Amino acid sequence: MTYDVTINGKNYRLELTRDADRWSCRVDGRAVEVDAVLARPDVLSLRIGSLAYEVKYERVAGETYLSVGSERFATEVGDPRSLRGRARAVDDQGPKKLTAPMPGKVVRVLVSQGAEVEAGAGVLVVEAMKMQNEIKSPKKGTIQKILVNAGTAVNAGDVLAIVE
Amino acid sequence: MFKKILIANRGEIAVRVIRACHEMGIAAVAVYSDVDRAALHVRKADEAYPIGPAAAAESYLNIAKILDVAARSGADAIHPGYGFLSENAKFARACVDAGVKFIGPTAAAMDAMGSKTRARQAMERAGVPLVPGTSRGVESFAQAEEVAGRIGYPVMLKAAAGGGGKGMRLVHAPEDLKSSLEGARSEAERSFGDSEVYIEKAILNPRHIEMQVLADEHGNTVYLGERECSIQRRHQKVVEEAPSPVVDPEMRRRMGEVAVRVAQAAGYTNAGTVEFLVGETSKGSQSKDPQNNFYFLEMNTRLQVEHPVTELITGLDLVHLQIRIAAGERLPFTQQDVKIRGHAIECRVYAEDPDNNYFPSPGKITLLLQPSGPGIRRDSGMYEGWTVPMDYDPLLAKLIGYGTDRDQAISRLTRALDEYFIGGIKTNLSLFRRILRHPDFQAAKLDTGFLDRMLKEISPANPKTESTAEAAAIAAALFTALGASAQEARSQPNGAAARDANATPNWKSTARREALR
Repeated sequence: MTYDVTINGKNYRLELTRDADRWSCRVDGRAVEVDAVLARPDVLSLRIGSLAYEVKYERVAGETYLSVGSERFATEVGDPRSLRGRARAVDDQGPKKLTAPMPGKVVRVLVSQGAEVEAGAGVLVVEAMKMQNEIKSPKKGTIQKILVNAGTAVNAGDVLAIVE
Repeated sequence: MFKKILIANRGEIAVRVIRACHEMGIAAVAVYSDVDRAALHVRKADEAYPIGPAAAAESYLNIAKILDVAARSGADAIHPGYGFLSENAKFARACVDAGVKFIGPTAAAMDAMGSKTRARQAMERAGVPLVPGTSRGVESFAQAEEVAGRIGYPVMLKAAAGGGGKGMRLVHAPEDLKSSLEGARSEAERSFGDSEVYIEKAILNPRHIEMQVLADEHGNTVYLGERECSIQRRHQKVVEEAPSPVVDPEMRRRMGEVAVRVAQAAGYTNAGTVEFLVGETSKGSQSKDPQNNFYFLEMNTRLQVEHPVTELITGLDLVHLQIRIAAGERLPFTQQDVKIRGHAIECRVYAEDPDNNYFPSPGKITLLLQPSGPGIRRDSGMYEGWTVPMDYDPLLAKLIGYGTDRDQAISRLTRALDEYFIGGIKTNLSLFRRILRHPDFQAAKLDTGFLDRMLKEISPANPKTESTAEAAAIAAALFTALGASAQEARSQPNGAAARDANATPNWKSTARREALR
């Protein structure tokens, strides 16, 4: 199997084959000696040569992270058919979504649809755990759509507004 | 001794008090709101009663509901923990009226300390050193201007009913006074229903040092040493330690005696904490030993979040002692018996996102690996599989390191932080790794400005990142391969599911499965 893996924005091509109880692994074409044991779900005990690593797997608000020791890496495993992967490449241009960083409640909408906003301008206020958090525009542009009202309960990752 | 204690709280502190009850052979009664049915404190209790909706005002802050549970369960005492009703004099009074013992000070002592201006007046009379300022709320802008001019800028405006940094404003220059006063007043009104604001001379980047006191109901009061709480963000403590690296035995004795005087002036009983600011009253003043100037700030009339560091260095159990004092026992030791041994440091582990301005990050804990080993204490209210609700303070757990000396406490805590893993939600564990490795922290150069300064620095690059990134890449592929094959094996009878598992990396299907739960 071949995987295109992105770790903190850097790409790696991984080739893995399993021969009986052993893995054979190439990283960007270079052979690497690996030995892996799934210690429990989401925890991999990994040996690369004789170096030992404990690797933890988690998903937070739609993103995947792997932690090696106490270092945490944003991780993607490429899937050529993934729409998300393609959308990411053209992310800087075109409309941008404002998403809720955590579950909570929208307490205020600060701008109206069609308003011009600067990058970093507050668009909405979401309250969670007694704290009010301003959700800011990621870019300069026009508020194309506001999808929530004051009082709307939202989950992490929910789209709140779109900036064109 | 009590037979049954109701714990009017949730989270790690409720678990902490339940443990003390069980150690003392006392039955523990939990209360929980609708979103806390699955909380750890409910699992650990002997009895548990629902008290209503998530909103604290309708559950954990509802005096009538809590007293109703006390009556129904037959509890003979109530431990309020910290926060919620712990410093509510009305609640303490209602407990007396209901014939159930409130484990804490009397309502009168709380009243004396509850308002910062009233506390200042009482301390003035008792001859306790105070930060220069007013001991009554300011009545007008003109008066504020006059006072600020007299004591000199910068000044601090503070809500009399304040706490947690609310209703506080630092004013550097006269032209900012008016807007700051209005801001502090309206925030105080909104947060506490009381707009009274007073003025103090601002001590820039002071150390925040507090003294633990304990008083029985027979007139005996002792101090149990200080805690250094200078590592703060937005006036909220983040790391605490005991003893303070700058307090020597002589200063400890002087601060301790003042703290005992404070407690006695208020007729205080049970566990309490006297907070001091330590530092210079004006920048660049030429005092020979500025660190020896300490000023009374306020008294917290409850068990503190950070009480474990005092427990570790004194060998005492403060919750046991609280319960014994409330049951009418005398303090089982004198001031001379209190000995400080070793050093302890606590990290407050919060569900918040360090990459997103420390916004709260509730959610489901998908993986929890917890540290242990020498010198490590963990007071936690979470477990793997539990969903952190968004309705309350995001404190998840406290990790405390103990060592023979400060260096060993730091190295043990650093080691334990590297073992700690909380998956599925964002936490501030990485912040503690940075603080504990920071040269100023290690050199004990601490003041309340430390954390803001550190956060402005670029976090030092980890030289190991290159090789660990490759390990992560290999692991990513292995997780996908192992996950897919495990999935395949599990869904043998269903051909379609197996094909699907082969075609998509496992964590995408995992996420989809979780979304369906």
